[in-house]
Amino acid sequence: MKIIKIDKSLWAPGLNQAAAAYRLFGPVKEKEFHSFKPLTNGVQPDLSCLNTRLSPKAIIYPQSEVMFDYSLDESREDHHQMREAAKDYSPRAVIGIRPCDAKAFELVRLNFDTPDYQDPYWLKAYESTTLIGLGCESPCSACFCTSAGCGPYHEEGLDVLLADAGDHYLAKVLTEKGAKFLAAGGWKTAAVKEADQTIAAMRQTAEKKITSFVPTDNLRSLPNNDLYSATFWEDVSFACINCGTCTYSCPTCWCFDIQDETRGASGVRMKNWDSCMFPLFTMHGTGHNPRGTKLHRVRQRFMHKLKYFVDKYDRGIQCVGCGRCVRLCPVNIDIRRVAVMMNGFAASGEACAIE
Amino acid sequence: MQNPYLPYPVRIDDISVETEDKNLKTFKFVFLNPADEQKFAYKAGQFAELSVTGKGEIPIGIASSPTEKGFVKFTVNKVGLVSSFLHAMKPGDIMGIRGPMGNWYPWERMEGKNVVIIGGGFAFTTLRSSIVYMLNPENRKKFKDIHVIYGARSPGMLLYREELAAWERRDDINMHITVDATSDPGWKYNVGFVPAVTEKKAPPAGNDTYAIICGPPIMIKFTQPVLDKLGYPHDKIIMSLENRMKCGIGMCGRCNIGKEFVCKDGPVFTLEQLNQTPREY
Repeated sequence: MKIIKIDKSLWAPGLNQAAAAYRLFGPVKEKEFHSFKPLTNGVQPDLSCLNTRLSPKAIIYPQSEVMFDYSLDESREDHHQMREAAKDYSPRAVIGIRPCDAKAFELVRLNFDTPDYQDPYWLKAYESTTLIGLGCESPCSACFCTSAGCGPYHEEGLDVLLADAGDHYLAKVLTEKGAKFLAAGGWKTAAVKEADQTIAAMRQTAEKKITSFVPTDNLRSLPNNDLYSATFWEDVSFACINCGTCTYSCPTCWCFDIQDETRGASGVRMKNWDSCMFPLFTMHGTGHNPRGTKLHRVRQRFMHKLKYFVDKYDRGIQCVGCGRCVRLCPVNIDIRRVAVMMNGFAASGEACAIE
Repeated sequence: MQNPYLPYPVRIDDISVETEDKNLKTFKFVFLNPADEQKFAYKAGQFAELSVTGKGEIPIGIASSPTEKGFVKFTVNKVGLVSSFLHAMKPGDIMGIRGPMGNWYPWERMEGKNVVIIGGGFAFTTLRSSIVYMLNPENRKKFKDIHVIYGARSPGMLLYREELAAWERRDDINMHITVDATSDPGWKYNVGFVPAVTEKKAPPAGNDTYAIICGPPIMIKFTQPVLDKLGYPHDKIIMSLENRMKCGIGMCGRCNIGKEFVCKDGPVFTLEQLNQTPREY
């Protein structure tokens, strides 16, 4: 795999050059926190950011996205008919995305790109996006990526992996898309032959810094209905206030709602992020709610991530170990602890199996 | 890439009130672009999203049969925002239909078998589709005996009353219509709840007999033990579920029961399959 050396003095000028062909996004600090923002007017990505407070999923999958517009004006030929809204799928590049957030797109793709149906909004946005990842030198304390099928220098889902080597970046070209982006930035100095080992050594050092883990080895073989009926859900969900912070901050959560918004005689049909934490998410028109209690809803979240997803796709858990839900939960519900309970579950003698 | 969120534009051709409480109406739709009818090719048991422009979409079982051409029919209960608005719409109004969605009753597996249809209340829509489909001259020979057990609160709450009467007069289908109670002296059919009528009228269980159940949760809850008692194996009990839905294509995440989506992997499941999933419906 080709590795390019990017001298840091050439980094900003290269990005400015690439901006002619790409819409660039990167971590920018606003008040206390970093978030992914469009890099316009020469704004540079802040690559010293450990990770953004929210994942960059909104770049591909906006929190609210117009799908169609319509007119209710009956003098118009096409009144009451949905019209495709105008979209911009010109090339874009996300600079400084962390490997966990990039891998998350691969998992989310399983939901939006199926043999039967393809979500054109997600897919076209994803295909138009080049992901320039940055390896994590110093992971956060709540990160558990290495046991969640990912890692601080994980390459899956990335087009380029950057490693910060002091006065220069080593840019490992992972896809054709990635090569194109580097060419657009004008970076073409081949790195020394040993660069690959340098990155591997950096990866090993970073991986050793990850100190928390989730056990997942038993999840697939555990009987679904037994796990569903486990008594620990009462304990897990007790403090939950169903605020939805975990789902909104999660890079792998994909649930959405569809709503019509009308103003006067015209309006739009849009997709909006939704959350399994909310009672209305599943409530029937009759008022009956199959997930009527917070126990049902908390259980759905963890069963989906750690059991249903595992069984459905055989691609590991629906979590990349970014640690956002652990850090942001207002009542300290911790997916790592739930994974321990679920993975260690034994249908009989359950009480002994829980730590 | 075809956009699975884009509805086919349709015109309301006809609206009929089905029940005495006027809460159920049947809507007959005609596709604005005739070619869309081909694309909407469906099987009995499937559903679609009715798209009321400016209000939203609702998932509703298809009440017409694939053997009926030139239109599609849906019977809608007035419940929430979209269905209430739809009830106030008029013939000639333009809206949309997205689908067909989900799986269907296992017609291939049921060929050469007896079929018992058990329905209650307004969950009779895809069952009506199924009966019309099976009674079609080309299809009737594919099935052995057909029994229909259908109940409602009162005679005026039965859907498709004229068709029910016509089916009663046929000799190639065994109708067992029932109401919970009635003061109508002219009522000549059964009185009693669906589970009790099922116990009396359902044909004996066997490898050659499938039961299709669709109805309110309370009916299902009490009918299932009756079928167990009659010896129906769980892989021959076919059920159609409902859950809140938005996308209808297995993506928006709300209608799942375990790893199965009611909208895409269902709505039709065997009881054997449902025994393996959480009862979140």
